[in-house]
Amino acid sequence: MHAIEKILAQAAGKGTVITGEIVNCQVDLGEVNDLYLQTVRSFFEMGGEKVFDPQKLVFMMDHYSPASTIQQAENQKQFREFCRDQNIPMLFDVDQGVCHQVMVDRGLVYPGMVLVATDSHTTTHGAFGAFGTGVGATDMAVIMITGKLWFRIPEVIHFHLEGKLSKGVMAKDVILKIIGDLGADYGVYKVIDFTGPLLKTLSVSARMTLCNMTTEMGAKASYIQPDDITLEFIRDRVKHDFEIFSTDAGYSYAAEHTYDVSNLKPQLAAPHSVDNVHPLEEFIGRPVQQAFLGTCTGGRVEDLAVAARILKGKKVHQGTRFLVVPASKAVLLEAMAKGIMQTLVEAGATFVTPGCAACLGTHQGILAEGETCITASSRNFPGRMGHPKAEIFVGSPAAVAAAAVEGKIADPAKYLD
Amino acid sequence: MQKIITGKVFVYGANIDTDQIYSGRFLELTDAEDVGKHAMEGVDPAFVREFRPGDIIVASTNFGCGSSREQAAITLKVRGIGAILADSFGRIFYRNAINLGIPLIVCPLIHKMVKKGDLLKVDLTTGQVTNEVTGAKAQAQPLSDYVLKILESGGIKELIRRQIASPA
Repeated sequence: MHAIEKILAQAAGKGTVITGEIVNCQVDLGEVNDLYLQTVRSFFEMGGEKVFDPQKLVFMMDHYSPASTIQQAENQKQFREFCRDQNIPMLFDVDQGVCHQVMVDRGLVYPGMVLVATDSHTTTHGAFGAFGTGVGATDMAVIMITGKLWFRIPEVIHFHLEGKLSKGVMAKDVILKIIGDLGADYGVYKVIDFTGPLLKTLSVSARMTLCNMTTEMGAKASYIQPDDITLEFIRDRVKHDFEIFSTDAGYSYAAEHTYDVSNLKPQLAAPHSVDNVHPLEEFIGRPVQQAFLGTCTGGRVEDLAVAARILKGKKVHQGTRFLVVPASKAVLLEAMAKGIMQTLVEAGATFVTPGCAACLGTHQGILAEGETCITASSRNFPGRMGHPKAEIFVGSPAAVAAAAVEGKIADPAKYLD
Repeated sequence: MQKIITGKVFVYGANIDTDQIYSGRFLELTDAEDVGKHAMEGVDPAFVREFRPGDIIVASTNFGCGSSREQAAITLKVRGIGAILADSFGRIFYRNAINLGIPLIVCPLIHKMVKKGDLLKVDLTTGQVTNEVTGAKAQAQPLSDYVLKILESGGIKELIRRQIASPA
């Protein structure tokens, strides 16, 4: 069996499972975000009275942090009342940041767990050897009532990553290259498993970016076998007991790919699809009105740090808005302690409260018709960040920072000597 | 559950994401009727005006990819969608729609067999799909037993309600 199958088998109370089988799994942690009041509504519509375990649920006020309309404020108010009535202690309010980063910061994510959230980017947690997957509001309400959810045991696709990243190339470029090669539906219903020597050179932050973006190829979950880097990261954070599962020798993958990244150049997903990926150099000189750095994909300390290296002693180009959104309060505090925020704000960055911000086009940096944005977030669907006729290029945090300096798409490598 | 569904089709391409089905701008809306007003706005501004209850959406690959927003399924449910047929679906959208009792049918290359306005007949039990205008037929993938159980209950809410009322 694959490690992911072992996680699901254990959660379903079974010794073995086979691909395609439907199993009902105990969920270790369910996370609800503030976009979906329907979660609470479905809970009551199904006859829910008390949640199955208040300690196994997290509520996050992250997508609307802080509320910018009366309706958003009303929805958040109802979430807070629900948590109070149900004695749910883990309500992370608008000061905390994006769910996926906050759960990691707080040590709530550990190897071998089943983590389900009302957010598609829950695949992020494969970086810790967890089964993390996104669902909708009513599925989450089923978990809130029963503590369980059904899953189909998925096929697994294997990516063996070799080589070393060149200057100005980040984990984001690797995953964009893969999505561009294989398409936005290549991983639908499947798990993406990353292995190989490249991982030994990637921090937990970079691994989270890799796993986060597997959502953009349709994946149900991702997986990286926990190693010394994982254990070092979670040692002082995670208090929960955990078990590390591993994949049996001879496990049969649905497909296998090897990527040597040594000659990889910075990549961009051009409008209007995440699999419309080309080398960044094809777009050099294209003016951008907004450069967006942040989110669960690209707003960690390492991401802000590379931007600070690029912007140190420089100014954001006149006519370009450079929005910086740390992924969480912990990220913001660390970035402040290291002087990163100081550098970015002095250079002309607009600082935005930790949260999802403009990524999904709800607030804090919406694009006008005809504008072009380069973003370290995950998606460039039509209308994703505002007007349907705005153009969005998805790239690495380094590519975003280089564009902020020049006011147009630029190769980040030249700023990283 | 209605076993045979017949409806007029609306045809779309590949990778129709949930932002196009239901824009992020409207995620704060909570009343179903309000959510229903913005169906497919990002891909087909005429959809709400032209779509009639019982009509069917046909798409190419990866329909409903992207965000986990259940509103993308709710908005189509409110419009009275009869069924959605596609080469493949985004997985969260698939679960969300089935949970609401919307039949989602995986039927490879179905989008090539129909054009907008054709009348399509879908037999949910056999998986037989017929274009009533051209006579073309296709065989869809069968629904899994569990998915059929959800649809037959009229959605997951009714299924869970019954479980709560009489625990096994």
